[in-house]
Amino acid sequence: MRSVLERRCLFTLAFFVILLALLASAPRGVAQGGEPQYFAIRGARVVPVSGPPVENATVVVARGIITAIGKDVAIPPDAWIIEGKGLTVYPGLFDAFTDVGIPAAAAGPGAGESTGPRRGGEVTSRGPEDRPSTTPWRSAADEVSFSDKRVESWRNGGFTTVVSSPKGGMLPGQAAVLDLGGERASDMVVKTPVAIPLSFQPGGGFGNFPGSLMGALAYIHQVLIDTDWTAHAQAAYEKNPKGVSRPRYDRTEAVLGEALEDHALVLIPANNSVQLRRALVLADAWQVDSWDMDCVIYGGQMAYEVAPEIAERKIPVLVNLKWAEAEKDADPDDEPSLRTLRFRDKAPSSPAALAKAGVKFGFYSGGITAPKDILKAAKKSIDAGLAPDAALRALTLSPAEIYGVADRLGSIESGKIANLVVADGDLFEEKTKIKLVFVDGRRYEIHEPEKPKDPPKGNMTGKWKLSYTTPEGAEESTLDVEMAADGSLSGTTTSKRGTTTIISGYLSGDKFSYTINIPIEGNATDVVFSGTFDGTTLKGSIDVLGYSIEFTGVKPTANSSNTAASVTRSQIKNDSHVAGGAL
Amino acid sequence: MKISWTLFSTRRCTAILCALALLALPRTSGAATPPARAPEAAPVILIQNATILTVSHGTIEHGSVLIKDGKIAEVGTSIKAPKDAQVFDAAGQYVIPGIVDCHSHIAVDGSVNEGSISVSSIVNIAEVLNPDDINIYRDLAGGVTVANVLHGSANSIGGQTVVIKLRWGQPAAKLPFEGALPGIKFALGENPKRSNFSIPGGTPRYPTTRMGVEETIRAAFTEARDYQQAWAEYDKRSAAGDKNAVAPRRDLRLDPLVEVLQGKRYVHAHCYREDEILMLLRVAKEFGFKVRTLQHVLEGYKVADEIAAAGAGASTFSDWWAYKVEAYDAIPYNAALMTHRGVIVSVNSDDAEEATHLNQEAAKTIKYGGLTHDEALKLVTINPAIQLGIDNRVGSIDVGKDADLVIYNHDPLSAYAVVQKTLIDGRVYFDRQRDISERAGLEKEKKALTAKEKKAGEKKPDATIEMGKRPGAKPDEKKSEDKPKPQGDAVTGGAL
Repeated sequence: MRSVLERRCLFTLAFFVILLALLASAPRGVAQGGEPQYFAIRGARVVPVSGPPVENATVVVARGIITAIGKDVAIPPDAWIIEGKGLTVYPGLFDAFTDVGIPAAAAGPGAGESTGPRRGGEVTSRGPEDRPSTTPWRSAADEVSFSDKRVESWRNGGFTTVVSSPKGGMLPGQAAVLDLGGERASDMVVKTPVAIPLSFQPGGGFGNFPGSLMGALAYIHQVLIDTDWTAHAQAAYEKNPKGVSRPRYDRTEAVLGEALEDHALVLIPANNSVQLRRALVLADAWQVDSWDMDCVIYGGQMAYEVAPEIAERKIPVLVNLKWAEAEKDADPDDEPSLRTLRFRDKAPSSPAALAKAGVKFGFYSGGITAPKDILKAAKKSIDAGLAPDAALRALTLSPAEIYGVADRLGSIESGKIANLVVADGDLFEEKTKIKLVFVDGRRYEIHEPEKPKDPPKGNMTGKWKLSYTTPEGAEESTLDVEMAADGSLSGTTTSKRGTTTIISGYLSGDKFSYTINIPIEGNATDVVFSGTFDGTTLKGSIDVLGYSIEFTGVKPTANSSNTAASVTRSQIKNDSHVAGGAL
Repeated sequence: MKISWTLFSTRRCTAILCALALLALPRTSGAATPPARAPEAAPVILIQNATILTVSHGTIEHGSVLIKDGKIAEVGTSIKAPKDAQVFDAAGQYVIPGIVDCHSHIAVDGSVNEGSISVSSIVNIAEVLNPDDINIYRDLAGGVTVANVLHGSANSIGGQTVVIKLRWGQPAAKLPFEGALPGIKFALGENPKRSNFSIPGGTPRYPTTRMGVEETIRAAFTEARDYQQAWAEYDKRSAAGDKNAVAPRRDLRLDPLVEVLQGKRYVHAHCYREDEILMLLRVAKEFGFKVRTLQHVLEGYKVADEIAAAGAGASTFSDWWAYKVEAYDAIPYNAALMTHRGVIVSVNSDDAEEATHLNQEAAKTIKYGGLTHDEALKLVTINPAIQLGIDNRVGSIDVGKDADLVIYNHDPLSAYAVVQKTLIDGRVYFDRQRDISERAGLEKEKKALTAKEKKAGEKKPDATIEMGKRPGAKPDEKKSEDKPKPQGDAVTGGAL
């Protein structure tokens, strides 16, 4: 006989499954407004990037394509007219290297894992022939999904296009150019494959090959040699198979060879000057007979030291906009070296150095989690000497050129894909708001995040321990939150399953609400925490997929107050490492 | 500091402690600064009034060395300074050829061991040189100008190695010693058989005995010989116009072994015991290659005649022993005894800190074994240069050789000797006075940058999750002096 609790669990599970099924069948990503096909933005300032800005101009969009741009252009009679007075129209922004659109659930083997043979349940790699941490057959175009909430948040931030790649391992997969809109996931794919990103994270330690940086480099070189050799040997065998042992089939070689045949770029990671110079050497050393490998560097933050050398080799650079900063909770006794300080200070001047040297470069979000911070980071490079139009180009036309899609993307030109951003001012101004985004001619309105109505009562800033009971039992998690003066909340929640960022939240009066987004069964799902804050405790409910559980929150350090700074620090470290509980 | 290749012996632990102590200090001193400028064009320099220890032809009191175009142009007692020359008055000071460290692990990005496999000849130290490693500067300050940068000792056949000049401030491509033959690391005994490093629950890596080490080397060279032959056959067929001939698959693991067989790559073999030393000499003879140096070779004094007969060099420690079982029979007389039996002997560091006082390490052989002053000095200059095949360029103060020179305030074999200047290719790469005078400025710069950061950081967005940090998206490798950064593991959100 089953216990009441067990039955309750079963009921809950069934409930989830039904709800997920309902959600899955609902149409996703449908643009608002009954899908009009024709638009005209009239009387706006238009920044085409491919040419000088035009004041008081009109942009016409028809069936996903930009059909006209200028001062006196005919507006189709059935066009939806948008009054552009006071607005600026930009090409859709282009994040040149990310994994936006690829849900975490689709992640393949991690850096430490291997696709090699299993021995006694352990995955081991004993050499290049075991193809460790190598999954080039994974394709962003196949894995892309609207269930990654960042598709929406990136688009809301003005990014209409990304180059996304699967993650994990040294050869994680094939990157594709994706437009962040459409009805079906496959609508997003603009071009695939466009790149084979490499990573030099060995991860094998002493147990698995490769366990060192030099091992990772040698491994990738050997894979390229093998791919090249098999292409030759296979061709020779097809011509004359008699008396010759047939070349082996290897999935890695097969897909890699095909991608290189398609002129997919090889993306080489390199951030500091040593890595950048090394990448320039490798880009030559790794060339093989069968294909001209076009290499691109990603990282590039110490390009301020190496830009002329990169220019000489004519290799484009994707600059990571996640600038290194002092750690938030850094140990005050652990002084950064002068080298680190100089790097943090000068990194944002790298784009200006690249521009001056004549290197083609694009920007990518790197580790940035909020799209508005991408523009803020780009602004830093402007403050460090980059011309604003060059910064805009690095977020639009330049990445399109690097990836060979400038004939369809990257600027406002007649005939190109209608990816547009309509803002109420200069994109790099912090107070500028993005009003509308067009992706493939679909119009997306941008909603402001919910703002607190009343001034906040008290301050929620700090670390909270949240306790609640799920169908699986009692759990705990940590909320690390910072409250702005207007009551807006930002921060992270950490459970035993990981850390996730708060998407939006506020404290209005004594009522708080904040939302996180987590994958549940492969679907990105909003989880809303709301309730009341009485100055010392949080009390409320967690709502997910229509199911609600109660929770309470206390500040674990509130009682012990400020005994010793070192104690507090070690507690914080413990918290972040152990991170008990869920949610 | 390289903990990664560390073998957790007492010796190693001591070294780590020393290195840690060193690391702690220079945070506030000039030594921890980023590479300064690389000296520009080679100036004309005259060092005068010095005691010159030429190593090759005795000591010259009140002597001078004239440097032109990076080379030693004149050595003598009455050299007039050319018009445009910089003159270093070295009255009361000593000049020796730059110290050559025959066993170093500095200037390497990432681990110095590819420890996952028993034959790791696929990897190459030369590909991961890190010219920003502060140990280059510290070793320069100890008079080292050339280092044989080796792969670790975790494998019977280890990775490819490279000889570098410590040209601090120059990019990685400018470090390798031009024309020096590349090497490969071998290792015998406890380290390659992983006797002290089994992973609990893990499958032990083959080999686990000294017999297995021998077999591993034998098997690898048998394979390399077959591979060499396959290429020879292909070359013959394609030369004869056979269009159906398919080239063998290039194997990065076997290429360097073929180079060893062809005499184009030196073998530097880590070893301790007499039995394994003799084993390797036999295997090398069988396959027709030479062992260029025996590294550590702590029982070398027992088989010095055999080593001398095989033409192998011996590169040993001064007085370190008993830090593990295979080092129990080590004695500090090793270097002297082998020298007396006709072996070319050098004293090496195997460690970034040890390298800062190799002059003292060499001096110990005067006490232990009675080497002469000259013989002792040779252990860290001309002898390692001979072992690395670069003695035509460095290792002694002779006209025509590279102007790699060290100026000491005392006899370099004295415990009071402190390096004043270190020159490589006639350029000053370390200058004690300059270092001291620049410290205040660097400290000021550091303070200013810290203040600037603090000011900017007062209103800063949180940097919580670094999703790009995982597989290489943020290719920022560890720097030993940097605090390890937390790895953003929760990449795309947590879970319920």
